[in-house]
Amino acid sequence: MMLKIDNLHVAVDGKEILKGLTLALAPGTVHAIMGPNGAGKSTLGYTLAGRDGYDVTAGTATLGGQDLLALAPHERAAAGLFLGLQYPVEIPGVSNLAFLRTALNAQRKLRGEAEVSAGDFLKLVRAKAKELGLDPEMLKRPVNVGFSGGEKKRNEMVQMAVLDPKMMVLDETDSGLDIDALRVVSQGINAMRAPDKTILLITHYQRLLDYVEPDFIHVMVDGRIVKTGDKSLALELEREGYGAIAA
Amino acid sequence: MAQDTLATVEDVTGTYKWGFSSDVESEFAPKGLNEDIVRFISAKKGEPAWLLEWRLKAYRLWLGMKEPDWAMVRYPPIDYQDAYYYAAPKTAPTLKSLDELDPEIRRTYEKLGIPIEEQKVLAGVEGARKVAVDAVFDSVSVATTFREELAKAGVIFLSISEAVKQYPELVRQYLGTVVPIHDNYFATLNSAVFSDGTFVYVPKGVRCPMELSTYFRINAEKTGQFERTLIVVDEGGYVSYLEGCTAPMRDENQLHAAVVELVALGDAEIKYSTVQNWYPGDKDGKGGIYNFVTKRGLCKGTRSKISWTQVETGSAVTWKYPSCVLAGEDTVGEFYSVAVVNNRQQADTGTKMIHIGKNSRSTIISKGVSVGHGQNTYRGLVKVLPSAEGARNFTQCDSLLLSSTSGAHTVPYIEVKNPSAQIEHEATTSKISDDQLFYAMSRGLSAEEAVAMIVNGFCREVLQQLPMEFAVEAQKLLGISLEGSVG
Repeated sequence: MMLKIDNLHVAVDGKEILKGLTLALAPGTVHAIMGPNGAGKSTLGYTLAGRDGYDVTAGTATLGGQDLLALAPHERAAAGLFLGLQYPVEIPGVSNLAFLRTALNAQRKLRGEAEVSAGDFLKLVRAKAKELGLDPEMLKRPVNVGFSGGEKKRNEMVQMAVLDPKMMVLDETDSGLDIDALRVVSQGINAMRAPDKTILLITHYQRLLDYVEPDFIHVMVDGRIVKTGDKSLALELEREGYGAIAA
Repeated sequence: MAQDTLATVEDVTGTYKWGFSSDVESEFAPKGLNEDIVRFISAKKGEPAWLLEWRLKAYRLWLGMKEPDWAMVRYPPIDYQDAYYYAAPKTAPTLKSLDELDPEIRRTYEKLGIPIEEQKVLAGVEGARKVAVDAVFDSVSVATTFREELAKAGVIFLSISEAVKQYPELVRQYLGTVVPIHDNYFATLNSAVFSDGTFVYVPKGVRCPMELSTYFRINAEKTGQFERTLIVVDEGGYVSYLEGCTAPMRDENQLHAAVVELVALGDAEIKYSTVQNWYPGDKDGKGGIYNFVTKRGLCKGTRSKISWTQVETGSAVTWKYPSCVLAGEDTVGEFYSVAVVNNRQQADTGTKMIHIGKNSRSTIISKGVSVGHGQNTYRGLVKVLPSAEGARNFTQCDSLLLSSTSGAHTVPYIEVKNPSAQIEHEATTSKISDDQLFYAMSRGLSAEEAVAMIVNGFCREVLQQLPMEFAVEAQKLLGISLEGSVG
């Protein structure tokens, strides 16, 4: 398994949000987690990425057999995990290029790999930005500062493409996107599909799934996966609502 | 995060990587301060009578002055009689080449990574940027490089003692004209006992062919450092001057009271950059340098410009206000500052922009970073005199707090006597958000790398003012200063 989550319990500020979540994602597959507000979808993403304040009270999570929960956030990144944020954060004064290059080389260093030269890095990041329709000028601007919602999401996709993770968790990557941006972002996600990579989409709506076709859909309600099915489950959800499925 | 900061902050003490002292035999003046000491210093340097008189006048004034107590810094009373006021390395101060330098001094420089080894660059690899290093070691300049090339351009770059001998009229014409001997307690003390320093003169219309650089280093135990710097740029000239400092670890507090005077005549431009990383004391505030500096520039001529850039990461106590007197019309004054305080460090720093000339303009960008129990105060004065028709100032003071036990204080004074003046003041105080920290970490940066990156971003507007050689060093220094700021 790429990512194996077993009976995961997570509390935030003492309140239990994830209540025994179990999930196993194989390499080469694309998954979508759908669920109503407050089901704990974003909590799952943050917990996997190791954010402070998300306390694992029980259960396990492994990435390629490695205990994910024992690692610091940057070690998880180096191990191949990427979390695309619903609200990408602004870092004033730090250019996109400097940020991404520092991140890439920090990861490579942790993995015992050589640093990427400035020239190679620039070539790589420009190519990825072009594919994802991000104006190359924006690479020089401070991270996400003054970016529109769509630009921020494209920027996340550029980061993902450059960092080349093997396990991608994308939290509401489709939110706030117009149709054109959604199409570009979807292309970015589809470009990452590979036999040795796994993608987990966290989403509210069926809309993204028209562009990125998942192999499996998991319905999450109240901190647990309550149903797993194929793509048709999304349409069923759209029709019947979460209430009917969870009941 | 604050909790983690406290827990790990002590790591920093062990990481002051330049905490060593080299073993150069010093030739001390007797301990204490009196007229005889002033005479001793003057005699030791073979000074002319007028300079001795000048020193004595300052000393007598100083006796009647009171140490200022208005700054937001606390330190035990300084016993001015319990310090040495003169120490010179035994090596003959007039070396022909760097090879003649005391090997102990060379090793000290090497540990610091100081580019005396930059001789290769200095030796003139075509196209390489040239930096002339006038190395001040324990009060006396022991090595001066590339004087010849500078001389070709007509630029005078000497230790101030040498300059007094070789160009007495020039020194006499300008010394004390920007910071008069009665200016303030520390400047007056400096005037009485200054040991050495740097003199630069750039003649009319000359653009100094290289960046001038002096590395100060406090070395002898209990030796107050009283550097005196005087830079005069004649009409249409330009110079960029870099000042960088490190000091070995000492238990006892060391007093440093430097004076820097800049004079820019018509259309002249002076860019003065400082990276200061003297020993800041340990985590409990034991030891560290007391840094009481008076820096002031006079934009005397029309359209002259003076720009101060400082990155202050060291010293236990910093008391420093690099200022511009904008006397001429259309003059420009700039102040770009980064001040980082960690552990028990205290910094009270800022600038004064005195607008006298018509249409004089000034910009102040101050970035304060407070870590551990550090206390950071921005203190600034923007003063517009009645004559300064159309004066403009823009001030931006940003503070970043990295712990709940540190402090950031902003004390801006604005005095405007001309109704046509435009003054803008912006100030922010923030902390690194958990969102930013997590975001950077989730992309592969460790907590410390993330903090260093975010702080570098915060300071960017200032760092990009630094010459290339310094920008890299400054970024590294910021990283070092922040070590232990997160768990």
